[in-house]
Amino acid sequence: MQTLQAENELVHPGSFSCPGCGLTMAYRHVLKALGRNTVVVTTAGCGSVVAGYYPMTSIKVPFFHCSFGTAASTAAGLRAGLDMMGKENTQVLAWAGDGGTFDIGLQSLSGAAERNDNILYVCYDNEAYMNTGVQRSSATPPGTWTTTTPGEAPEDRLKKDIVGIMAAHGVPYIATACTSFPEDLRKKVRRARAIPGFRFLHVLAPCPTGWMYAASETVHIGRLAVSTRTFPLFEILDGETTRLSPMPDKVPVTDYLKAQRRFRTLNEEEVRRIQEDVDRRWSRLSSAGRRKEE
Amino acid sequence: MKTLMTGNEAAAMGARMSRPQVIAAYPITPQTSIAEKLAGYTARKEIEARYIKVESETSAMAACIGGSLSGARVFTATSSQGLALMHELLHWAAGARLPVVLVNVNRSMAAPWSLGVDHNDTLSQRDTGCLQIYCETAQEVLDTVPMAYALAEKALLPVLICMDGFLLSHYTEPVDLPNQEDVDRFLPRRRADYRMDPNRPFTFGGGVSAEVLYGLRRRMQQDMDAAPALWEKINRRFRKIFARSLPAVETHGMEGSDLALVTNGTMAGTVKAYLRDRGAEKGVGLVKMRFFRPFPTESLRKVLEGCRAAVVVDRDLSPGGGGIFAQEVRAALHGTGPGIPVVSVIGGLGGVDVTPDHLDRLVTDLRSRRELPFETLWMEV
Ligand SMILES: Cc1ncc(C[n+]2csc(CCOP(=O)(O)OP(=O)(O)O)c2C)c(N)n1
Ligand code: SF4
Ligand SMILES: [Mg+2]
Repeated sequence: MQTLQAENELVHPGSFSCPGCGLTMAYRHVLKALGRNTVVVTTAGCGSVVAGYYPMTSIKVPFFHCSFGTAASTAAGLRAGLDMMGKENTQVLAWAGDGGTFDIGLQSLSGAAERNDNILYVCYDNEAYMNTGVQRSSATPPGTWTTTTPGEAPEDRLKKDIVGIMAAHGVPYIATACTSFPEDLRKKVRRARAIPGFRFLHVLAPCPTGWMYAASETVHIGRLAVSTRTFPLFEILDGETTRLSPMPDKVPVTDYLKAQRRFRTLNEEEVRRIQEDVDRRWSRLSSAGRRKEE
Repeated sequence: MKTLMTGNEAAAMGARMSRPQVIAAYPITPQTSIAEKLAGYTARKEIEARYIKVESETSAMAACIGGSLSGARVFTATSSQGLALMHELLHWAAGARLPVVLVNVNRSMAAPWSLGVDHNDTLSQRDTGCLQIYCETAQEVLDTVPMAYALAEKALLPVLICMDGFLLSHYTEPVDLPNQEDVDRFLPRRRADYRMDPNRPFTFGGGVSAEVLYGLRRRMQQDMDAAPALWEKINRRFRKIFARSLPAVETHGMEGSDLALVTNGTMAGTVKAYLRDRGAEKGVGLVKMRFFRPFPTESLRKVLEGCRAAVVVDRDLSPGGGGIFAQEVRAALHGTGPGIPVVSVIGGLGGVDVTPDHLDRLVTDLRSRRELPFETLWMEV
């Protein structure tokens, strides 16, 4: 822990987040790995609010709060401008929630990815529109309670495969990561930093407020997301080569679902179907990962 | 050097000579040839810029915002539906006080589809905080671009340069092409005091208290209020180098006339043709409005002083409200001395023809009335 408190701390105390907020942890690790020569564009959402209110900010690098749907294109313009101003070495980070990425920002994201704009795009995924008070997004997993998928009709669609969509763009670097595995997250950010072109990180950021668990459980919940393979950790290089990251041994998905009250309405049959879906996706992913290792 | 150019070629040339560093544009009729020309200039390295081939106008303006935040000079162009798609981003650009320059080739808003010109696209952006300047000729378009940068970068507000689709964008006119060295002298590189620079970190656009927001909006209004004087100064500098100027409000044949035809864009050219042939005998003059935002209230009051009536010909319509320029002119004249009645006339929507004959019938009709009409008149097609 000592080393993490070094002077290159770029997210300072006094953020506006809830206690135990996963996205703020993720943010701290990402900026730490990127370093001071970084500029950030953030969409509307918790990520924008946690930065603080004028005249205070907890973020120590240049920061622009952009419109909800335009993280990638704003970042692309910033990149172009910085290049023209002789600042080619400055990293441009687009930091957006699942709503800002999977939904309203998907077009702008696809445009920047297809053009291979030289930016790092990080989607912090808390699996709903949290800032507006927990409404479903296309990243919300099946069986979830949100205010727009209430108890009578919980979310019934599978989570959108955003990584698959990004892989189809053939971008040089894609990785998934989770706040509960900070070394892995920082390693991936450092890897991404060294690669020119469009880089995409999908970071699971547990949210005690929306997922309904105790604030002290964030790290535990994130670990379960990974160990159940609900959110496996891996990288995709050039849209083709899949490389699995180190993960704890696999445990049943109920351990993860039971720990959060947002899944409280699930019955046994629904849990079984979720397990099947996780198994199917995991077997596809692990065989792709293995093919690479051979 | 005199040369022949369409309005769109003039816009692209004006942009090129202003040396933008980031260009982001998306094609739409009748703007497309501006986007194409600039892509060619950039590809052939005739300008040193990054051209981002965005996937939509939303992203075009977002990229301009990002580019502008770096301290670079940015350019984009669009039309009608494209401008409407940018609407949210225009508020962002203005609110973040970014000197983006945008050329909009005016075209009707769908539905139904129409490629013809009217000004509802730009006038719908009235309250975004962007300045609006309307052009009549290709020369004006070319000159307005560097002047708009000079204004935008001083006022720290975006500028929309508006030109009539097809009537100006696609017709060829003689244009006096400035020297690049002269333009460089007139418009040096942008110097941004506040930009996204890791050596001097700032936060832009974050949450503020109600009091701070209120103060910022008030500052915006003050800077808008100061823009006409700034424009005059820019005009004086421009005239010294190029022997031309583009005042916010311009008059023709107003001496000895008691009726003013107030209009903007290419419609001003039609009025000029009418005045040339029949103006004096009819006692009519032209008030051509270049500025719409900020609204040039003071200049307008001055040039209309002593007029019996201001006849505002609007190539736009606020359904349920009437002519948009007419409403604004009425508001601007309200409370001046004995009061000048404003007659509101709608004409030219969708690019429908308005000829000197139409204007003559309008003037004859008004002259024949004992009382000036308050209701909106529609020019016959
Ligand atoms: C164009 C637009 N539509 C809607 C909103 C309202 N809004 C603000 S944040 C938000 C949800 C953000 O969700 P996400 O991107 O997942 O971020 P989170 O709040 O979960 O961190 C919405 C709907 C907005 N700011 N702009
Ligand atoms: S609602 Fe969730 S994501 Fe938003 S600040 Fe609170 S814990 Fe963080
Ligand atoms: Mg979210």
